[in-house]
Amino acid sequence: MNRYYFWLAARSLKGSPWLSGLMVLAIALGIGTFMTSYAIFHAMSGNPIPHKSHQLFNVRLDNWSPEEAFAEPNEPPSQMTYRDARYLAEAGAARHQTAMFRVGMAVQPHNPDIKPLRTFGRMTYSDFFAMFEPPFLHGGPWTRQDDRGRGAVTVISRDLNDRVFGGDNSVGRKLRLDGADYTVVGVLDTFDPLPRYYDVVNNGPFAEGDDFYLPFTLNDRLELRPNGNNSCWSDPAEDSYQGYLDSECVWVALWVQLDSPAQRRDYQAFIDNYVGEQKRLGRFPRPLNNRLDDVMSWLRVQRVVDDDTHIQLGLSFAFLLVCLLNTVGLMLAKFLRRAGEVSVRRALGASRGQIFRQYLTESALLGAAGALLGLGLASLGLAVARRLSPDMDMLTRLDPGLALFALAVSVTAALLAGLYPTWRACAIAPASQLKTQ
Amino acid sequence: MLSMQNLNKVYRTHLVETHALREFSIHVDEGEFVAVTGPSGSGKTTFMNIAGLLEEHSGGLYQLDGVEVSGLSDRRRSAMRNEKLGFIFQGFNLIPDLNLFDNVDVPLRYRGFGGGERRRRIERALEQVGLSSRARHFPAELSGGQQQRVAIARALAGEPRILLADEPTGNLDSTMARAVMEILEGINASGTTIIMVTHDPELAARASRNVHIIDGQVTDLRGTFAGSDIGIPATA
Repeated sequence: MNRYYFWLAARSLKGSPWLSGLMVLAIALGIGTFMTSYAIFHAMSGNPIPHKSHQLFNVRLDNWSPEEAFAEPNEPPSQMTYRDARYLAEAGAARHQTAMFRVGMAVQPHNPDIKPLRTFGRMTYSDFFAMFEPPFLHGGPWTRQDDRGRGAVTVISRDLNDRVFGGDNSVGRKLRLDGADYTVVGVLDTFDPLPRYYDVVNNGPFAEGDDFYLPFTLNDRLELRPNGNNSCWSDPAEDSYQGYLDSECVWVALWVQLDSPAQRRDYQAFIDNYVGEQKRLGRFPRPLNNRLDDVMSWLRVQRVVDDDTHIQLGLSFAFLLVCLLNTVGLMLAKFLRRAGEVSVRRALGASRGQIFRQYLTESALLGAAGALLGLGLASLGLAVARRLSPDMDMLTRLDPGLALFALAVSVTAALLAGLYPTWRACAIAPASQLKTQ
Repeated sequence: MLSMQNLNKVYRTHLVETHALREFSIHVDEGEFVAVTGPSGSGKTTFMNIAGLLEEHSGGLYQLDGVEVSGLSDRRRSAMRNEKLGFIFQGFNLIPDLNLFDNVDVPLRYRGFGGGERRRRIERALEQVGLSSRARHFPAELSGGQQQRVAIARALAGEPRILLADEPTGNLDSTMARAVMEILEGINASGTTIIMVTHDPELAARASRNVHIIDGQVTDLRGTFAGSDIGIPATA
């Protein structure tokens, strides 16, 4: 029977192409607008590492000024000082932990045919790779021994490997950065978590990834300044690099992996004790305010999905509702025009339920057609967004999951829009129409 | 086959009550051909609608093929309509978007027959009314008489126990009306009970029994039907 309803629905749509086209267009406009906004919202608000997002924690310590909070309401700084991060990263109190900051360095290829490149990388610990699980194309991460020994090793991105080594397996080869050679131990495959949760503060949640990774401890001799946010509430005591490292300026991120609530409690106690000790040394003038935020909580704290995005999504949903209201009117006109047919079918043995299913099938078919056209419009909208703002490339993709979601939204919306007209069609008293046919 | 006793039908608005049928009683046996006559507004169509389970009555008893229909669910009433009744209307009431084959197919779909069985019944019904060669035509391509023959084929395809015909020749010229009447007589001869509303005394005279309705009541009986037990009050 369902095939019969589908066949009748297809015939009905074909039989009134203008009215059907108007309804499909109304649904498509609503779906296209809503899906354009929703695709961006979905990309912004998705869980970038669902299988362990509740095990990875960003660590914040409140070393800020006694006069005012870093941000209201009473938020600690988004990053921490070099010395705190270094100590906590090397204390080994969690299963995995890594401090990191972003740097800019020049790549000087050994191949004279390739011009030097300005690249951006990350000073971090080997645990970075175990925690955030970037996929390796060749080789693997450096070791904790390299961390301790300040090994001159590097992991590079697929893109940098393509540009400098022509896409070959470069493991074991040398990469020259700012005049020093580093042995490539690993080449990453494409690594684009969305949002880029481990560095929303500096690089931005939707920006390009890093070209290279170096052991954090190499900074002892490289003395690099961060290529990212640096906030200070007091000037360094002395005007030297060591003075900068010892200052209360915050520019290093710290992440830990805690696999159970007990580990989390223990780690919270550990950082609270650490800050307590520092307070006795005259630091951390504010009340104890240390935070452990898992990935999704961290993305909320950092307002990765901003108010504008929420407003845009709300407006597009309201527009979808307006389109659906128009569709209700058009469906009502179409369905009630067929009151005679309903009466004949009822006289020939169709129950109200069967009429209801027939007309809802037609609504669903309209919704499916609206979804297809709407997806086309959404693709167009996202292409325009990409053209207007190339930075939005990662946010403006329509994957098969979103396409299925659009289909489900559209069919559901059309079914909802069709409920009242269908109910009205079913309520037609058959006898009243048969004589007047 | 069909029995109504002291049936009432009242249409109510907030201002007025209209009694379309009052203490209406009739009994129709299997195989009868009953012509229902009466002036406009007398209650003929209301009687047909209630007989065809298209409307519910306000009071009294109505048994169709031994089943008391009062209080049946919409689903059950629809199934009874589909299985036991066939309809022929003055305005033909074919679905214009469907060709003849698909029009005749409509009641069979609701019966739940398989594709082969439906095809067999449709072809046989169209052949019975002489339109099998035009199965793929649409109603608008046919004359009025041909459209009414399609409506008859649609009613016949489900092999109903009773055929309800509401002024089946009302929109046809006399030649076509005679042709339709001959088909109905043939159907009745094969055992199907027919109840036909008509204004045409000539056609009514060809039925085996006449029922006259005035002001929602059966007022007169004419005609004969061998062996029938007609228990209809003359005047209420």
